[in-house]
Amino acid sequence: MSPRSLVEQLKGGLDAPICLTWELTYACNLACVHCLSSSGRRDRRELTTAEAIAVLDELRALQVFYVNLGGGEPMLRRDFFELVTYAVHNGIGVKFSTNGTYLDATAARRLATMDYLDVQISLDGVDGPTNDHVRGVGSYTAARRAMDHLADAGFGPFKISVVVTRHNVDQLDEFKALADGYGAQLRVTRLRPSGRGADSWAELHPTNDQQRQIYHWLLGHGDGVLTGDSFFHLNALGEPLPGLNMCGAGRVVCLIDPIGDVYACPFVIHDEFKAGSVRDPGGFTHIWRDSDLFRDLRQPQSAGACASCGSYDACQGGCMAAKFFTGLALDGPDPECVDGHGETLLAAAGATAGATPRPAMDHSRPGAQPVALTRR
Amino acid sequence: MLGRRLALDPNVALRPEPFGALAYHYGTRRLVFLKHPDVVRVVQALGDHDSVAATLTACAIAEARWPSFVAALSALADSGVLHEPALIS
Repeated sequence: MSPRSLVEQLKGGLDAPICLTWELTYACNLACVHCLSSSGRRDRRELTTAEAIAVLDELRALQVFYVNLGGGEPMLRRDFFELVTYAVHNGIGVKFSTNGTYLDATAARRLATMDYLDVQISLDGVDGPTNDHVRGVGSYTAARRAMDHLADAGFGPFKISVVVTRHNVDQLDEFKALADGYGAQLRVTRLRPSGRGADSWAELHPTNDQQRQIYHWLLGHGDGVLTGDSFFHLNALGEPLPGLNMCGAGRVVCLIDPIGDVYACPFVIHDEFKAGSVRDPGGFTHIWRDSDLFRDLRQPQSAGACASCGSYDACQGGCMAAKFFTGLALDGPDPECVDGHGETLLAAAGATAGATPRPAMDHSRPGAQPVALTRR
Repeated sequence: MLGRRLALDPNVALRPEPFGALAYHYGTRRLVFLKHPDVVRVVQALGDHDSVAATLTACAIAEARWPSFVAALSALADSGVLHEPALIS
């Protein structure tokens, strides 16, 4: 066997990403308060159909197995079906996230005929009030309608994608029952203080007790619930959760944003984590293999303030994005460190009211959100 | 296991990596790691031989290592990366 463990190998980077997230557009009919990409209005610089096809050709050559398409609301792109069809016909599986508004009976039947395609409907509450508090009035009804259309069309096991918050953490069993009722798969992911989430995180992120609740719930459900491996910071609580116990940013995953900029992961749309643009000479392949940022991320990372903590091997210091956008040091504890080290630091920083980094771009529609963000 | 006739499932794509290979099953959407280049060689050769034993011999895998290959190939068969191809007349 090779001397290095698999996780160590993966941290050193791969010749191509295992998968990547590609936000197709900043346009969105909703204005979720935790939107990672601060979406709302389309950006005039978004990739054209021809440019998007060229990126897919690159991904095929790199043997990227699948892409996670998102946005914004990806179905708002007029060439949405053209791009999806092109991808799956070229052996690139597609998982796309949608709020479901535009997933009518016709679209559902069309999607049901396609192989290598997964659909994730976002839902952040098992009832209207809980969901709509975060995702906006009417979004619960729209999501459930889309699920009904997929079920009627015989799509098969679609996914219900939940961001776990303080308000829906007690609904995990009900989410699972809802998914089971549809023959769907439940996917739960971690709330990040990214995009508009920077302004809603303090109110929405699970409490320390709730973190433990999430950990035990996930442990109890094992492989039966998908997580995108996003809860590895909870592994400090004991037995590791299923999945890769590492941050994949720039190592095994990355993000392409709607205008073609490439970031280390979907949660760090900020200049500090921008590796380049697919429009640059050499395209995506050059960025993945040779950008300074991605090369740096593949070097051994310092445990910093966490070096003396016995849990570091388990939690790996948590999520880079969560630290960055809460103003914590990247080589220190996660803001949701289960041992409370992050909370202590945040409380201390709150006393000095230091400025936290702002997202690089804001495409929020004017008036569509409760808190004004800094403009570009 | 040694007598079984196995091959890479047609729904699986293999991507070589420095540590071995990534295998992605488009049907189950599962990603599997092949953690040694020799395992990758054997997996790629399985379809050309009538049995696992014949494949291991053809790939010049020392018999002392066969138990570890049997374990690895069993896991790959369980996860659907390998299947038993229908016999074609």
